[in-house]
Amino acid sequence: MTATGIGAAVRRKEDFRFVTGKGQYTDDISRPGETRAVFVRSPHAHAKIKRVETSAAAAMPGVLAVLTGAQLAADKIGNLICGWMIHSKDGSPMKMAPHPAIAAEKVCYVGDPVAVVVAETLAQARDAAEQVKVDYEPLPAVTDPAKAQSATQIHEVAPKNTIFQWSLGDADATDAALRSAKHVTRLDIVNNRMVPNAMEPRVAIGEYDRGSDSFTLWNTTQNPHVARLVISAFIGMAPENKLRVIAPDVGGGFGSKIFIYPEEVVCLWASRRVGRPVKWTAERSEAFLSDAHGRDHATHAEMAFGEDGKILGIKVKTIANLGGYMSTFSSSIPTYLYATLLSGEYDIPAIYCEVDAVYTNTVPIDAVRGAGRPEATFVVERLVEVGAREMGIDPADLRKKNFIKSFPHQTPVIMAYDAGDYDASLKAAMELADVKGFAKRKRESVRSGKLRGIGYSTYIEACGIAPSQAVGSLGAGVGLWESAEVRVNPTGSIEVLTGSHSHGQGHETTFAQVVADRLGVPIESISVVHGDTDKVQFGMGTYGSRSGAVGISAVVKALDKVEAKAKKVAAFMLEASEGDIEFKDGKFTVAGTDKSAAWGEVALNAYIAHKFTGAQLEPGLKEGAFYDPTNFTFPAGCHICEVEVDPDTGRTDVVAWTAVDDFGTVVNPMIVEGQVHGGVAHGIGQALLERAVYNDDGQLVSGSLLDYSMPRADHLPSLQVSTIMTKAPSNPLGIKGCGEAGAIAAPAAVINAITDAIGSEDLAMPATSQAVWAAIRKAGKLQQAAE
Amino acid sequence: MPAVSMTVNGKAVTADVDPRTLLVQFLREHLRLTGTHVGCDTSQCGACVVHLNGIAVKSCTTLALQADGGTVLTIEGLAAPDGPLHPMQEAFREHHGLQCGFCTPGMVMTAVDMVNRLGNDLDEHTIREQLDGNLCRCTGYHNIVKAIAAGAKAMTGASKAA
Repeated sequence: MTATGIGAAVRRKEDFRFVTGKGQYTDDISRPGETRAVFVRSPHAHAKIKRVETSAAAAMPGVLAVLTGAQLAADKIGNLICGWMIHSKDGSPMKMAPHPAIAAEKVCYVGDPVAVVVAETLAQARDAAEQVKVDYEPLPAVTDPAKAQSATQIHEVAPKNTIFQWSLGDADATDAALRSAKHVTRLDIVNNRMVPNAMEPRVAIGEYDRGSDSFTLWNTTQNPHVARLVISAFIGMAPENKLRVIAPDVGGGFGSKIFIYPEEVVCLWASRRVGRPVKWTAERSEAFLSDAHGRDHATHAEMAFGEDGKILGIKVKTIANLGGYMSTFSSSIPTYLYATLLSGEYDIPAIYCEVDAVYTNTVPIDAVRGAGRPEATFVVERLVEVGAREMGIDPADLRKKNFIKSFPHQTPVIMAYDAGDYDASLKAAMELADVKGFAKRKRESVRSGKLRGIGYSTYIEACGIAPSQAVGSLGAGVGLWESAEVRVNPTGSIEVLTGSHSHGQGHETTFAQVVADRLGVPIESISVVHGDTDKVQFGMGTYGSRSGAVGISAVVKALDKVEAKAKKVAAFMLEASEGDIEFKDGKFTVAGTDKSAAWGEVALNAYIAHKFTGAQLEPGLKEGAFYDPTNFTFPAGCHICEVEVDPDTGRTDVVAWTAVDDFGTVVNPMIVEGQVHGGVAHGIGQALLERAVYNDDGQLVSGSLLDYSMPRADHLPSLQVSTIMTKAPSNPLGIKGCGEAGAIAAPAAVINAITDAIGSEDLAMPATSQAVWAAIRKAGKLQQAAE
Repeated sequence: MPAVSMTVNGKAVTADVDPRTLLVQFLREHLRLTGTHVGCDTSQCGACVVHLNGIAVKSCTTLALQADGGTVLTIEGLAAPDGPLHPMQEAFREHHGLQCGFCTPGMVMTAVDMVNRLGNDLDEHTIREQLDGNLCRCTGYHNIVKAIAAGAKAMTGASKAA
């Protein structure tokens, strides 16, 4: 390992600009002649729009336009779409309702845009937005997914508010397993609805250039190319070659910036209408009402155990809330990113899962960090833990007994796990967490009047999203490969262009490390370019922990081509046959001789082309590649949470956290650890603090950072993070991915720990002090009644 | 429109502003100092923290007029433009105390204020409690806490204000 190569904890190249305030986020960009947009949003969860009165607003100072859904439709701006087709059990396609960027006929959630005001200044736009009068006819609303199928129908296309009734697995085999079981563990689980809350609110700047009849969109997006494709091909704003999308520095995404949102479409459209750039910046309260939320499942799950604790089967029925409209990838989250992971790390012969996806009068739901996999992990890891307790088996022993031990392993739910060592991560985590010393620590807690608990989560996820052929066969509207281009300059410095997008992951550093490692070029001579459709031809973006496994693999493939071409150049320079050229540590040598050429000399010769003719070899040194994965990758590991609970107040402190993850090859351990820290914090947030709460009228009660509790520094402990490694066999470097692991593993570990401490399984997320206090009281009462 | 005058990062500035202009808007939009960020609208996230007359304030909850006649220090003014990074900036970089970077300017300004108030020897518990007004979604705070402890130590002997 070199100081800057694969495996080195290189300090990040991007940090200087961030620590000095020189980052360039979308809101930091100001275009000449820029105007500001403010959206008028529905205060009703469900209502018909009878009339939108804009004349008073239009007459306000500085107002350039007040635009409505009717005008949007008149200008033939297409609807937003969901790009993943799911078919119901009966073969019928999912019921995708029309989703205009500005509602014209009815509103489906509080926050649904009904008009936009464009004015010279933000203050003027805000003032005028208050003067837009909308006449609504309110309709009954539903927010709880479990009640959606019997509530007032929201969309004409979807009777019983049901988008699809989907299933995966073998129902008969699973029922047989349940019938023959020695023990069945049953749980009802609500996976709490989360608001993503990347620290940077979403921003869009649309600019139309009449001279070239083309648009530019600066946008807080995780995948600018997909945004361009959808806004062009489906929404019909402009042909792809007339639309440039730029995603500059983006302040966190966590899934919420994958999707194509109404506001970016409207800023583009409005910029053509007013003939000037139009900028919209979300306020945080607006983000709560307009960023796609995550999770929100109501699930009944059953796990069948045999005589010796062997898992025989798992049966799951989930109602998944998709909100008021179907967001870009919403249909894939509770289906192929959820039910396919219900085998966990275990050898389970029979699995069956039914998912009903429903509309409700809430903000649309889509991927949030982990996306489907945290929900699956929570189901599996709670069932295993509770099953162990019910059968009186040590939870770690029950896991070991059921771990998959040989690979490849085909699960009953599509996934073919290719490598892993689940015993090793469990063993390492138990040692690091000092599980042996837990009983002593528990006694000490008891002495100080506290309850102490320990909880495991031995999770698995499918990352490296995804093999195009596989996802295509499952309904995806796009391929999920990645592209890369390696441009070697005549002086030997290098630009790496990638379709991945960094919004905190540190690609400028890790991608450069891979190139430095391979070509022996100083890391300072390597720049990573991303986030601009005029620079990078196409790419699928960053989500699903895919940038390492898929994005870097594309870079490696391009590097193969660069090295091959450079060897040809070196062969001409060194007057040797190409087959005799060897390349190591940035130097080309002729095998068996002392003849050599340095990297920089070969780069220069590729461009001056004095040693060869164009007929023999094309000048230049620039290669591109598209990498399409052959399998998902399967990061897995063990997280152990230890909590202390105050029985008088219900206050829960996470006192220790141990993570041992298998991410395959790690390019930069410092960055990988940071990803785990953030993911675990996200997962602890879900388990202890976070929940988007709607009242029955459909008002988002937890609609600001005052009301919605995000984890703060003093909610969290220091985290003990470690890795083991089995390489992913499907990609050239063996990378599995690490960005979501913490958020996937953590919730089950926390709840398993708290329920261990309080001796009751009757506890839903978030386990706030009040919820834990109530659970303790309820369990106590039941105990007393039994006595 | 009333005039407002203040010293920002050592430079005297004067402008006519709409009275409702927030200090953060004045910094970002009038002075184009975009290192100070806005992450919320309820004074919770701390991405907008700057120093006003030597004390950390949330510039999203301060009117520009309230800073009239005052001295403001933003992330851009923490280190000399052509000099080395401030020890706290360097500590965030060294300890990977940032990922997307959006909360970072507020975190660094809060951290420097913490050292100014509480000294150079900050334990983990103190740092976590004192970070109550700053939110980060990326890091889980683990490395931010480490960075602040190290930055505080590195500030020993350095000038207090910056």
